[in-house]
Amino acid sequence: MAYLFHTDDDRREMLQSIGAASIDEIIDAQVPQSVQFQRQLDLPPAMNEMELTAELTRLAARNANANTHVCFLGGGAYDHFIPAAVDEIASRGEYYTSYTPYQAEVSQGNLQVMFEYETLVTQLTGLGVSNASLYDGGSAATEAVLMALATQRGRMRVVTSDVVHPQYREILASYLRNIDAELVVIASDENGRSGGLIDALDDKTACVLIQHPNFVGGLEDVAAISAAAKAVGALTIQSFDPLSLGRLRRPGDMGVDIAIAEGQCLGNPLAFGGPYLGIMACRDELVRRLPGRIAGQTTDRRGKRCWVLTLQTREQHIRRDKATSNICSNQTLLALRATVYLSLLGPHGLRETTDHCIAKTAYAKQTIIAIERLEVVSDGPSLKEFVVRDRAGDVADLLEHARNHGVLAGIDLNPLLGRYTEGSFTGLPERYRDCFLVAVTEKRSRAEIEQWARTLSQAPQTAAC
Amino acid sequence: MRNQQSTQLLFELSRPGRRAHRLGRLDVPTIEALDDFGDELLAADPPPLPELAEGDVVRHFVGLSTLNMSVDTHFYPLGSCTMKYNPKRNERIASLPGFADVHPMQDPSHLQGLLELLYDLQGMFAEISGLPGVSLQPAAGAHGELTALLVAAAYFRSIGSDRKVVLTADSAHGTNPASAQMAGFETKTVKSNSDGLVDLDDLAAKLDENTAVFMLTNPNTLGLFDRQIEQMNQMVHDAGALIYLDGANMNAILGITRPGDFGADLMHYNPHKTFSGPHGGGGPGAGPICVRDFLAKFLPAPIVTRHQTETDDGQTKWVYGLSEPTADSIGRVRSFFGNTGVLVRAYIYLRTYGGDGLRRVSEDAVLSANYLLSKVKHFLDVPHGDRCMHEFVASASRLKKDKKMSAMDLAKRILDYGFHAPTVYFPLVVEEAVMVEPTETESKQTLDAFAEALFRITDEAGDFVHDAPHTTRISRPDDVGAARRPILRWTDSSSNDAAS
Amino acid sequence: MSRDVKQLRYAPSHEWVDVAEENGEKIATIGISKFAIEQLNDLVYMDLPEVGRQLIAGDEFGEVESVKAVSPLFSPVAGEVIAVHTALPDNLEGLNEDPYDFGWIIKVKLDGEVPASLLDYAAYEQQCGEAG
Repeated sequence: MAYLFHTDDDRREMLQSIGAASIDEIIDAQVPQSVQFQRQLDLPPAMNEMELTAELTRLAARNANANTHVCFLGGGAYDHFIPAAVDEIASRGEYYTSYTPYQAEVSQGNLQVMFEYETLVTQLTGLGVSNASLYDGGSAATEAVLMALATQRGRMRVVTSDVVHPQYREILASYLRNIDAELVVIASDENGRSGGLIDALDDKTACVLIQHPNFVGGLEDVAAISAAAKAVGALTIQSFDPLSLGRLRRPGDMGVDIAIAEGQCLGNPLAFGGPYLGIMACRDELVRRLPGRIAGQTTDRRGKRCWVLTLQTREQHIRRDKATSNICSNQTLLALRATVYLSLLGPHGLRETTDHCIAKTAYAKQTIIAIERLEVVSDGPSLKEFVVRDRAGDVADLLEHARNHGVLAGIDLNPLLGRYTEGSFTGLPERYRDCFLVAVTEKRSRAEIEQWARTLSQAPQTAAC
Repeated sequence: MRNQQSTQLLFELSRPGRRAHRLGRLDVPTIEALDDFGDELLAADPPPLPELAEGDVVRHFVGLSTLNMSVDTHFYPLGSCTMKYNPKRNERIASLPGFADVHPMQDPSHLQGLLELLYDLQGMFAEISGLPGVSLQPAAGAHGELTALLVAAAYFRSIGSDRKVVLTADSAHGTNPASAQMAGFETKTVKSNSDGLVDLDDLAAKLDENTAVFMLTNPNTLGLFDRQIEQMNQMVHDAGALIYLDGANMNAILGITRPGDFGADLMHYNPHKTFSGPHGGGGPGAGPICVRDFLAKFLPAPIVTRHQTETDDGQTKWVYGLSEPTADSIGRVRSFFGNTGVLVRAYIYLRTYGGDGLRRVSEDAVLSANYLLSKVKHFLDVPHGDRCMHEFVASASRLKKDKKMSAMDLAKRILDYGFHAPTVYFPLVVEEAVMVEPTETESKQTLDAFAEALFRITDEAGDFVHDAPHTTRISRPDDVGAARRPILRWTDSSSNDAAS
Repeated sequence: MSRDVKQLRYAPSHEWVDVAEENGEKIATIGISKFAIEQLNDLVYMDLPEVGRQLIAGDEFGEVESVKAVSPLFSPVAGEVIAVHTALPDNLEGLNEDPYDFGWIIKVKLDGEVPASLLDYAAYEQQCGEAG
């Protein structure tokens, strides 16, 4: 049956060695009859590989995706190009069927990859130390806040802004609900920037959490915010876009203490939201509070350079209820993909990728200027995301029309307005009513951008302008 | 002879001017967009990443892969981790564009195939656990624990209770107390008795009107099913508390008993263990949770829902959608839907076995563990009896006393024999613990060979074993040096240190 | 100067205390015992308090770590921390070798008397003998 090994003869011999008459005897001796399950599990019947492949191919075919449609969706997950070498390397069984490197002697491959990944993240961010990755960008943002609260004893205020990713704020609100901390969400200005949070800082503030570029594509004055935070003794946490760093200044060079990011864009598939890659780096001094696994360099008994998991006393298996976090895994396979991806890009490939995003985004904005129904809300330069208003007030229909014409044209922001989670504002401000968020990666060709604009211009209008 | 280049770091292989990935000429009209950014936003140079050719990169990472033991290459009896075979069909099917290239913010109307799959998976998880409320959102087992405890906290708040204490077993995974602390609870530890089961007197002494949740692992980390389960169920619920089941050991009981039937109110699965999604070198996993009806409204959103509609030609069909958070929901614990890629693999696995097959999986896992136990007990002490569920814990303490051979020594030496090591020094309640979980996807020949190798080691000289492994690329690493003077990233000087 | 282990007082949690009179104030010097260091096996990290911190007897004032264990440090006495051996975390080998002189951790200006519950050398030795 499927992947089982034992033949009936095997089972007989094994039971004999055990000294039991049957497997039921072994189970009955341990699991009380009264709690044993008396019927068969009601699951769909077993299928062989051929049937299963056909069935699942049928289910897969019913999903629009970045192959069947031209994808302009972003909001924290992006359709960037993934070079073939990334897939080929990550599909080696020696990587994906191994586990946490508890035995360093037979895990040097994974450990060296983790060390290389950590080094690449420090090079990207300009910060001294990186962990070996967390679940995803959203939970990494919350882990960073918890880390700041643990570092800044006696300070219980967390200040963030309403243009930080709404889902990241929802996670934060959910986690903070049960611990004694105050989440302050300040309103962004009319240009979608968060400079106003400087006024909300005080000596009770443990940290500020900002996103740059932010959820609506706005560019923040990170250096000014981090300087203001530092002046009141608070830490600055920046959620950044790894592929913006071909051009934008690095978090560590702007006074940021903890940098976190969604690493999906670094060679990982969209996969309907996961598994993704939580990137986290911090200043050297904060390393003892950094959650998650860390690989470090050492030598073996013969003096040979090698790698191990280190600083493990931070972690749950030793410190239990006093650990920096309950996290006991990292996303090694996705970190591997990111490591391969960044190795293939190098500094010049990274700069080129950022530049193509910037140029194509600027072009996309230009292609819709003439469309009367649409208005580009984002002022100033955009990296790869901007907000568009539908003057007809019918975003859902507009996007559905595009979808039916092969274009995933943007994310409807209406459902994200005015939301609250556990009493905290986790929505977007009212100014984004009737708007959608558009992402243009290096992968979008000129023809696809023009198709996007054309499709939007041809949508039938039901509501009045 | 191994080419040393494979263990050089990317940064040492780098040569200025080397390139792999190139985009080339822009196909849109060049717009001087960069000028608008202003100097304060822009960096003069891109980050100092290594510069490599594609051939460099491929050879480097393929070379590194050969330094790993893995399920594809070796028997991997790592207790508590369920290192079973990772089916190749999982990988191929999960990488179909209709699963792998779906953006998380797409409209459900165009995701009916995927949502049907996920809806059915919710149902299968509910059936296997006997608990009807399911959230697929948590990203890992520990994340599922935390999510479930946030649900429990929301529940107690909703009934005006301020119960603050979570009880964990002393044999529990370290994530239990760490998760409880993150969810704002205090933790108290309940002792194990001499049989390795929960000490009911200690449980009774610690249960009171302040107890919110009792976190139980059953079968426990010793591989024993706690047969006092009905008494515990009674005691905990009489005290007004909830039972959380750490589902790490579900591989022992699929179709044999259900957490919901033996008293659990909340639980998590580890699909990367039980349902064969690979472990990925330490991740990704997933940590879906199941809860009783009265707790379902507190689950994070979104959850996959469905309703029936009539098509134009008068047929009825199911339409799948994603729920908005209820007023009682705890919110969310990660971005987007969840670790869909891992969940799709779990679905494929469950469709491969069906209900009858799944019980056979657990039966064979239990059979294999007991068989290995029956061999190992002749030369290693197994403190907790001669029957187990899917794993067992032996002790090297006698070896340590007689030959100065510790559990760690045993683990290191078994690597020389071509097997991955068992888990050692866990659970904490057994001295010099050696925790073996063979899983159902290993042959009798492999189990025999592993037992034979372990036996031979116990016969070897203590000093020789203490210096093991002897055949791996590196010998034992200096953990103390690594922690005392941490080198956590490559720099020019860290290369020089290594060369000296 | 070399401390005589037989003259020190000990907490059951393995801290030693040496009380001396300086400028009319009673100053307690605190460290951890050789036995505790041996039990922890190869210390790798130490977390120390700030000067000026007020301690009551039993307060956790720091931590020592080995690769696989964390051990909190508890103050056997009450008072104000007036000196911290800041060079210690970078010289843990020195602590291993010489826990009673080089290995002092903090000095506390005593608030009241040394608790009577602290053990003398013989009683502490007996405790360690039972544990070992």
